[in-house]
Amino acid sequence: MTVVNPETTAVATVVSEEELAAERRRDPLNRLPASVRFALYGAVFVIILTAAEQLTDQNRLTASNTWESALKLTLPIALAGLGGLWAERAGIVNIGLEGMMILGTFFGAWGCIEFGPWQGVLIGMVGGAVGGLVHAIATVGFGVDHIVSGVAINILGAGLTQFLNFDWYSSTNQSPRLPDVVGSIRIPGLHDLIGARLTGPSLLTWLAVTAVVLVVAAVLLKPGRLLRPSALADIARPVVLGVLGVLLLLIVIDVAPYLDEQERFGISELGRIVRGLTAEVSWIVVMGVVAFPLSAVILWRTKFGLRLRSVGEDPTAAESLGVNVYLMKVVATTVSGGLAGLGGVSLVYLFANQYRAGQTNGRGYIGLAAMIFGNWRPGGLALGAGLFGFTDTLSLLSGQATHALLVVVALGAGFLVARVLVAVVWDVVGAARRGAPVGPAVRRSISGRWRSAAIGIVGGLLAYGWFEAVDELPNEVVVFLPHLTTLLVLTFASQRLRPPAADGVPYRRGRSG
Amino acid sequence: MKGNRLLLTLAAPVLAIVFAGVASTLALALTGNSPTEVFSLLADQVTSVREVLRTINRAGPYYVSGVAVAIGFKMNLFNIGVEGQYRLAGVIAAAAGAALPLPGPLRLVGILAVAMLVGAGWAGIAGVLRAYRGVSEVIGTIMLNTIALGLTPFLLTRYFEDDSEGFAVRTEVIPSGGRLPFLDALVPGGVPAGVRFNAFIIIAVLVGIAYWALIWRSRFGYDLRASGANPNAARASGIDAKRMTVVAMLISGGIAGLVGLSTIVSAPYSYTEESFLSGLGFTGIAIALLGRNNPVGIALGALLWAFIDVARTPLSAANLPREIATIMQGIIVLSVVVAYEVVQRVGQRWEAAAIAREVDDGPEGPPPTPEPMTAGARP
Repeated sequence: MTVVNPETTAVATVVSEEELAAERRRDPLNRLPASVRFALYGAVFVIILTAAEQLTDQNRLTASNTWESALKLTLPIALAGLGGLWAERAGIVNIGLEGMMILGTFFGAWGCIEFGPWQGVLIGMVGGAVGGLVHAIATVGFGVDHIVSGVAINILGAGLTQFLNFDWYSSTNQSPRLPDVVGSIRIPGLHDLIGARLTGPSLLTWLAVTAVVLVVAAVLLKPGRLLRPSALADIARPVVLGVLGVLLLLIVIDVAPYLDEQERFGISELGRIVRGLTAEVSWIVVMGVVAFPLSAVILWRTKFGLRLRSVGEDPTAAESLGVNVYLMKVVATTVSGGLAGLGGVSLVYLFANQYRAGQTNGRGYIGLAAMIFGNWRPGGLALGAGLFGFTDTLSLLSGQATHALLVVVALGAGFLVARVLVAVVWDVVGAARRGAPVGPAVRRSISGRWRSAAIGIVGGLLAYGWFEAVDELPNEVVVFLPHLTTLLVLTFASQRLRPPAADGVPYRRGRSG
Repeated sequence: MKGNRLLLTLAAPVLAIVFAGVASTLALALTGNSPTEVFSLLADQVTSVREVLRTINRAGPYYVSGVAVAIGFKMNLFNIGVEGQYRLAGVIAAAAGAALPLPGPLRLVGILAVAMLVGAGWAGIAGVLRAYRGVSEVIGTIMLNTIALGLTPFLLTRYFEDDSEGFAVRTEVIPSGGRLPFLDALVPGGVPAGVRFNAFIIIAVLVGIAYWALIWRSRFGYDLRASGANPNAARASGIDAKRMTVVAMLISGGIAGLVGLSTIVSAPYSYTEESFLSGLGFTGIAIALLGRNNPVGIALGALLWAFIDVARTPLSAANLPREIATIMQGIIVLSVVVAYEVVQRVGQRWEAAAIAREVDDGPEGPPPTPEPMTAGARP
């Protein structure tokens, strides 16, 4: 008898890719390329933060150190979520992330004390990976229910680490302090690389030129425009755009202090945020951040990744094409554990400087939620983790700073409403241009959107009313704001989420006939 | 065939015990602790009235929590949110228990009702989101857990705190009508000093009987088990899956609301951060797994878990690491899970072989595969 059928536990309503795509195209913003859209959202977010600060006479929301700690607090959640992504893309539901993270914290601390900081990172990752391997053996080898096995690993991870800690360090709840952790770097800007001293204005010129070149290259290098379709043309676009994108980032990092000096609305705040994110970054943060594009490339741009994902979508079909399904699942789950372990190491290295019992505090579960929030994709997952990390940071600040957060929510809701308005106007103008009757076009355009507009209006008014009613936000409430947000977002967006088709479904070899 | 089935039924628990014993022994020996010392310590515990009472007192809330989780499992729902449900229910029930203008024992009934309503309401949110918005109840209840864990101290310090005493943060103490008596008189030879026999175990037993009657002896329970075992067949026979999801979460949450009451309707008769038990929701998951969702099985699981918990104090006293207890609990869960899976596979293979023999003897029919036919068909 099996207790849980994961098929029904991890599933949101399934919508086909075509339906999703059709729905997306209805919104003019969604027709923009993803990078442009994300840049736009980022700009809107900075503007909202700035406006909220000015309305409330606060300056903590965009302060450099707020963002520095937000990045640090995001990292463990994001890495756990990335671990979850690897496993679930191969069809293994990994609720044991919490336990694997705990293994990472203890073995990371132990490795650091016994051997050195970098060895500690490695040993912590191996500790998590072993947890992942156990999960793989239980679920793939013995066909144990994924959730059951995950729960057992969480219990075992907590018990084993406390036990070993007692045995080796004679303390039930914490290890000795780490002698040393891995160092940090300042993320270099352009002038560090080319050795020239560049002034603010000249950097701005560089910035503009690079941005223009980037856009032109993106348009010209589309398949079949400038180059004939060939293997070379396929590679040329991502390579050129990647190089230009990195160059753009370097310039932005370089120009940040200059922007900070400008007393302009939104500009100096952007400068401060960029500085907070790049001024002094631990190598472990660098590792974690790099893991994201790396995972995205491996999973979506390599043969190995295609096989791994095919196992999560339809293992029988994958098997009939000669993919070793068991191996893929075991590898994915082990990598998953290693990433969760790195998340655990980052908790030890960045915050406590030692192993502590209960240090992970449910971050493994939150990472899993961030992954679902992000629709089983690395970008969305990073965004979800960032939401948790940023709010985590704010809960460390004073009550007045978090009070300003209500204004941010209200303005964010306003943006949601504005988006709907733009979409409706877009549809109406489009209909008028085609000479179609405007009345039905308006009705059709509003029919699918009035709900999100209504939610935006009601939510915005509620948040603003709350802001006016109280002087500061109680800390107990701030602590769960990201969870409340996640719940709300899932409530109104989960119909559009699509988990891997065979996620959590038990698989045994030789069933394809 | 009958003999084989009995053998299989017995094989799983025996295999689990043997495996857990061997793994624990290995873990102890590898870390330089004497397994014999630990096991003899545990054996001594069985005969000590004090430790047995402590075990039973602890097992009560574990049992209720296990049942709450098991109700979800019966319907293929994973209620990770028992933790949040019982904490929120605990603080509100404690405040209501002192404030309700109810005479005599009606107050006790009122407290239980408030706790069940709050727990049901909190779990119901996740149920509704799952049924009507497609939000996985795993994520829904995890989020609701954190929200409840934030709301509880918020409510306690801002609205429910009893200011009259001034020191500890607590709700007002519940008057005598809302209290359960101690069962000390039932213990032959009297209770040892420092231990009392908590009457919460009665509530736990009632919950167990209600669970059994509801799931195995009622029309609703039949529908619930049918939906859990085979959603498609259930839908085809006219069961409203969405409604079942919501109702199952409501009942699971209602039972979860009772978990924390052992320190509300019994000493110290109020909600304080120190006395209120935490973490029972997660323990309940493990106990429901150990008990295979069976009312008696969960009781055994709760007693075993509590027994190992209680061993922590004697272990420390004997200079042994008390974390051995946690490890043994983890090993036991894993052993039980793996043992049942292995035994089930062996059983399926036997069954398939038996069918194959029958078919071979018969006049016609396609040769069946030696493996069980359907991957997903699990009882």
